Amino acid sequence: MNATRLLVAVVLGFTATPIRPAASAETPPGATSCSGCHPANAGVETAVPRLAGRNAVELVAQMQAFRAGQRPATVMDQIAKGFSDTEVQAIAGWYAEQK
Amino acid sequence: MTVRTSRRAFLKSAVAAGTSLLPLPAVAEAAPPRVVVVGGGFAGATVARALKRADARIAVTLVETNRTFTACPFSNGVIAGLRDISAQQFNYEKTVADDVVIATGTANLVDAQARSLIVGDGVRLHYDRLVLAPGIDIRWDALPGYDETAAERMPHAWKAGEQTLLLRRQLEAMEDGGLVVISAPANPFRCPPGPYERASLIAHYLKTKKPRSKLIVLDAKDAFSKQRLFQNAWKELYPGLLEWVSLSNGGKVTSVDPATNTLTTDFGRHEAKVANVIPPQKAGRVAELAGVTDRSGWCPIDPVTFESKLVPNIHVLGDATIAGAMPKSAFTANAQAKVCAAALAKLLNNEAPAEPKLINTCYSLVAPDYGIHVAGVYRPVNGVLTEIEGTGGVGPVDAPRATRALEAQFADGWFKTITTEVFG
Repeated sequence: MNATRLLVAVVLGFTATPIRPAASAETPPGATSCSGCHPANAGVETAVPRLAGRNAVELVAQMQAFRAGQRPATVMDQIAKGFSDTEVQAIAGWYAEQK
Repeated sequence: MTVRTSRRAFLKSAVAAGTSLLPLPAVAEAAPPRVVVVGGGFAGATVARALKRADARIAVTLVETNRTFTACPFSNGVIAGLRDISAQQFNYEKTVADDVVIATGTANLVDAQARSLIVGDGVRLHYDRLVLAPGIDIRWDALPGYDETAAERMPHAWKAGEQTLLLRRQLEAMEDGGLVVISAPANPFRCPPGPYERASLIAHYLKTKKPRSKLIVLDAKDAFSKQRLFQNAWKELYPGLLEWVSLSNGGKVTSVDPATNTLTTDFGRHEAKVANVIPPQKAGRVAELAGVTDRSGWCPIDPVTFESKLVPNIHVLGDATIAGAMPKSAFTANAQAKVCAAALAKLLNNEAPAEPKLINTCYSLVAPDYGIHVAGVYRPVNGVLTEIEGTGGVGPVDAPRATRALEAQFADGWFKTITTEVFG
């Protein structure tokens, strides 16, 4: 959600609780699996980083580095090979919009 | 049956049920779709909450026998004295806070024609879609000598709770120098690496507390999950203490005798001080009641919606399913539940569900500071959940100990993360 939309939401008194994602914010395939390890909730004690609200371009770059073996990994090198560039972009864009 | 609900959900369900507790508006809105979920584990508790988040109009009821959920992942640590059972236990307070109605009781009858089920002594619940997430049941008829009474002497500890604590107490009571025997079943069964993680952590307990003891794993298979990683670690950490006997070497247990704590194979008899019998399994009871199991005892499903291939409008998740290449793990159950919730929200709005992708990541501890994993990414191919090439497997077999220590940390983080998502 960009700053303008956020402002509009606040002014209109929307809560942060999603009622139903708009059709344009379809959850891309694979995205919901990530929160098995990457915490959806803040405050979980784990070495694995949250994805929500992260910069989409940075997330895509990390996934490409994992897939190419350029970033050391334990499982993410395997996981990254399961997604095309288009899929990774969609997932990264979706997480960038989450809180 | 007792029903727990938030005030908001209660009012909504009262409206949905058409009762006259409230003055209804002159123009009643269309009845909201009803989904009943049976089973409050990693699959069921996830799908219930994810449905409310996908579409708050859907009236969701979660049927669960127990008020407290005891998680199986990490319960091997409880058996080995590394953690307390309370670290495994969760409740449904946050589920209720998400406007899911909790019906505490056991589903005893499913009428797929009438789209209803009976909970406990006779409370009938109606559904538009039913989701069964019953986990596993033990096949008490599959191993001669092993019935529910035998399990009091030779625990399976394959459903976490009292059985977990029984096995722990038996290990604690055993004198140094005793023989512990684990019997592992043929595929498929809940948590493929589980018997070997358990063997590892019991070996760790024996090595540190009762070093003259011995552990034998009698296996009905010649190969198992993460095998090379486990066996390399056993050689390094537990030489002479832990022995694995494969099917070819006579590992298949053909009968047990609880009176003497004896396990019999085609090749001989093992009289154990502590015997952990992990028996053959099948989908949880309600799956059979609903008619969604096939001759294997498990449930064939559509890989996009998780709808039963045998009975329409009933979806099955988690360990109970035949899910192609996806293993019976908590991670899988949680991932499937989120995909199923999205598909149900579409179906109940007369839209087509999208083709999913799913991930599984499964950690095992070989020692408290030694973790290993298996992972994969899956998609439907010709109606079967299939592993995408290059994603599967366990990573390098020769990873340094620093990596294993890091994976033990990731394992710990995984448990906290997933249980927070499901119950927190």
